[in-house]
Amino acid sequence: MSALPASTSVIPHRPAASHPRWLRLTHWLNALAVLVMVTSGWRIYNASPLYDFSFPSSITLGGWLGGALQWHFAAMWLLVFNGLIYLTFNIASGRLWQRFFPVGPKGVLHDLWAALRGRLSHADLAHYNQVQRAAYLFVMVDIILLVASGLVLWKSVQFGLLRELLGGYETARHVHFICMALLVAFVAVHLVMVALVPRTLRAMVLGNKDSGNKESV
Amino acid sequence: MKTRDKSTGLDEPTILLEARKLIAPRIEDRSRRDFLLRSLTLGGVAMLSGCSLSDNESVDTALSAISRFNDRVQGWLFNPNAMAPTYPQSMITRPFPFNAFYSEDEAPTVEEESYRLEVTGLVADKRSWRLDELRAMAQTEQITRHICVEGWSAIGRWGGVRFSDFLRRVGADTDAKYVGFKCADDYYTSIDMATALHAQTLLALTYDGATLPRQYGFPMKLRMPTKLGYKNPKHIQAIFVSNTYSGGYWEDQGYNWFGGS
Ligand code: HEM
Repeated sequence: MSALPASTSVIPHRPAASHPRWLRLTHWLNALAVLVMVTSGWRIYNASPLYDFSFPSSITLGGWLGGALQWHFAAMWLLVFNGLIYLTFNIASGRLWQRFFPVGPKGVLHDLWAALRGRLSHADLAHYNQVQRAAYLFVMVDIILLVASGLVLWKSVQFGLLRELLGGYETARHVHFICMALLVAFVAVHLVMVALVPRTLRAMVLGNKDSGNKESV
Repeated sequence: MKTRDKSTGLDEPTILLEARKLIAPRIEDRSRRDFLLRSLTLGGVAMLSGCSLSDNESVDTALSAISRFNDRVQGWLFNPNAMAPTYPQSMITRPFPFNAFYSEDEAPTVEEESYRLEVTGLVADKRSWRLDELRAMAQTEQITRHICVEGWSAIGRWGGVRFSDFLRRVGADTDAKYVGFKCADDYYTSIDMATALHAQTLLALTYDGATLPRQYGFPMKLRMPTKLGYKNPKHIQAIFVSNTYSGGYWEDQGYNWFGGS
């Protein structure tokens, strides 16, 4: 614990397990949902590109617009319900507050600087540094915005209030695209980080055996 | 590309573009199977582990089943009192894009003299209608956003008979599930009764204050701002009320049947 940056308080009592089974399950189901949503979404985008480029067909899913839409509108259920389960467990167990807060610009910069100098400890996998906290919280909010803007594109008349909040149908298209791009950027960085600290992958697949706590749920 | 100019004549690139668009779904369809396989393997998604990956019929079946489930969800979400936004004249998209499964110059020509709108199925009055008779009914007009399944949208101004007025006039069984359409361009589609009765669903006879032009669906188009473009049939020749699902041109190829906004 001595390696912790000053800006992060030491958690008095740790939850039963840092990588409980529900977290691992929802994390991997989410990764699958995101993969399907993003690659089918690129195919849908190609039908009428919003910007000056298209995605190479070979990295898209669905084969044609109709097929891509079927994948997109199937995987959305997985994304939404799995995401709701993750958030519910995370909030109800108090894990969200314990693992992701406090977080602030100062702490993030401090930890980022430490990370760049190779001085950030990953000894305790049950503890997220502030860069991780910020990144994970960011991607949660990003996916919520993706879903909200997606609802506007899917049902712009039925979700009229949401449509107005997001600036109308056409603006929602841009919001949806930008959130997708940010999600893809997150995943890219996320994968590099996992590759740098492969122990975390073991914990995310098998649970965190190092924590010495009994797994629950 | 999507906002094709209706003033564009017979220039070669346009024709090529249209031709490509016409055959693209078919070409794509053929490579669809291989494609699914490739993307699934490439992505490392072991979704189908256990059953044969080449058994793509099961993927298609599953996706179609979910699409039908999505039809039901949308029927349930549909609020008959929720109105699509309307816009001022200044916001009309000009020129309004032409879009169909064929090119603009291939749009069918329907003669008003011989035209009769056929009405069949669960209706009390099955006689055919002349255009004048429809023009004699109460007319309404609205400026709404047309949203295409491809993602683009355009604002247009349509006028005509409120479709619910027409259905009541012909004594349609409004408890029936579906209203179907057959068109002069061989297009066909069907919609749910709740949307058919929505206050903004118009049997459109005019576009931008003038008789509906050929490329926008003369003699009439069903205009529903609560549904995607492919659900809005043009050049309607026959309307039928039914309890039997009859799909649609694009719907039978995989587009979602409800297709609502
Ligand atoms: C595709 C979209 C993905 C998203 C949105 C995502 C998001 C997240 C989030 C929010 C967390 C923190 C979860 C929590 O503690 O509550 C997390 C943790 C983790 N993710 Fe992902 N992830 C994705 C894909 C992946 C992939 C493809 C891998 C590995 C190849 C991966 C490996 C991990 C690992 C190892 C952790 C644990 C990190 C640690 O314990 O320090 N993730 N991910």
